[in-house]
Amino acid sequence: MKIKDNVYIQLFVTFFKIGLFTFGGGWAMISIIQREIVDNRHWIEEDDFLDLLAIAQSMPGILAVNISTVIGDRLRGVKGSLAASIGTIVPSFVIILLIAIFLTPDTIKNNATLTAIFKGIRPAVVALIIAPVITTAKSAHINWKTVIIPIAVALLIYSKWAYVSNPIVYIVLGAAGGYLYYVNFVVKKKKEGEQC
Amino acid sequence: MLETYLKLIWAYLKIGLFGFGGGYAMLSLIQNEIVGSSWCPQITNQTFTDIVAISQMTPGPIGINSATYIGYVACGGSVLGSLAATVAVVLPPFLLVLYASHFITKHESSAIIKGAFMGLRPVVVGLIASAALLLMNGENFGTTEPDIIKSVLLCVGSFGVVYFTKIHPILVIIAAGVIGYFIFI
Repeated sequence: MKIKDNVYIQLFVTFFKIGLFTFGGGWAMISIIQREIVDNRHWIEEDDFLDLLAIAQSMPGILAVNISTVIGDRLRGVKGSLAASIGTIVPSFVIILLIAIFLTPDTIKNNATLTAIFKGIRPAVVALIIAPVITTAKSAHINWKTVIIPIAVALLIYSKWAYVSNPIVYIVLGAAGGYLYYVNFVVKKKKEGEQC
Repeated sequence: MLETYLKLIWAYLKIGLFGFGGGYAMLSLIQNEIVGSSWCPQITNQTFTDIVAISQMTPGPIGINSATYIGYVACGGSVLGSLAATVAVVLPPFLLVLYASHFITKHESSAIIKGAFMGLRPVVVGLIASAALLLMNGENFGTTEPDIIKSVLLCVGSFGVVYFTKIHPILVIIAAGVIGYFIFI
């Protein structure tokens, strides 16, 4: 750890820069954070970083904020985690706030040029959301047996029926079901394998 | 007015607490909690799509960007609304992450987390698919036949570019905006 003076300011400024210059959040941000914190500043060792990343990933919420929180905490406790995570958040907060002030939904509606531009953009945005459906399905190794899960989840949420259309239901069921399956089938099989 | 703030905060606390699977999966939570809800009529499917577009073109995670924008609009143009929603979406994970990094050892957490994420993975695919399905409507694809045809072509074309090439999504959005300017004006 090579931070001495003004630690909190340094943490804030480092994560502020990362927040300001990374588009898209998530994994794009993780690789920049790794380069900055591990490779350039040597605040945290590579192995340590991967452990912290595992914690950040296993928690809900925004991955980039989670990793800032654990890194700040590892370096300087709760105050450090506040400095780092606020640093990550502030740039997007300020930029979006400015956009929200000047580009309200009504501004777009009442301006023929903006309306036409956004009419073109909206179908592209839908395409940007369809693409990760396929890439995440591939990385989750969805096969013809398990494909029923995402299809059922998507259609039930799409149904807009009370309660049934709440995504939280499937997040809880998925996590609980996965845990029970893991404990009862995967772990048991491993143990049985060891006994033989 | 106070009621709107409280509902906004409650909605974003839930979005933060159950936001597994990254920004795109979070979209489905935001849709369910906020889009079309009675306390926040300003955020329609169309406005929500515009927010996703703006989020893609500006730095930072989509979870923060959407909270800031929706908080401002939902509370009738209020910076305090922005701040409330943004703090609400990061607070639950912030506390959980701090707790996890201090109190959960790698060994005891591994079975729970490995199992839970095994079950979450196919669910996340469904969440993202539902977000896409809910946005394929007249608000985003138009209601007249020529508009729908142009929009579907733009969607298919953008998908092809995003999925099969390494061209950055920001460029795809800009190109779609330019094309939109010429074909929809």
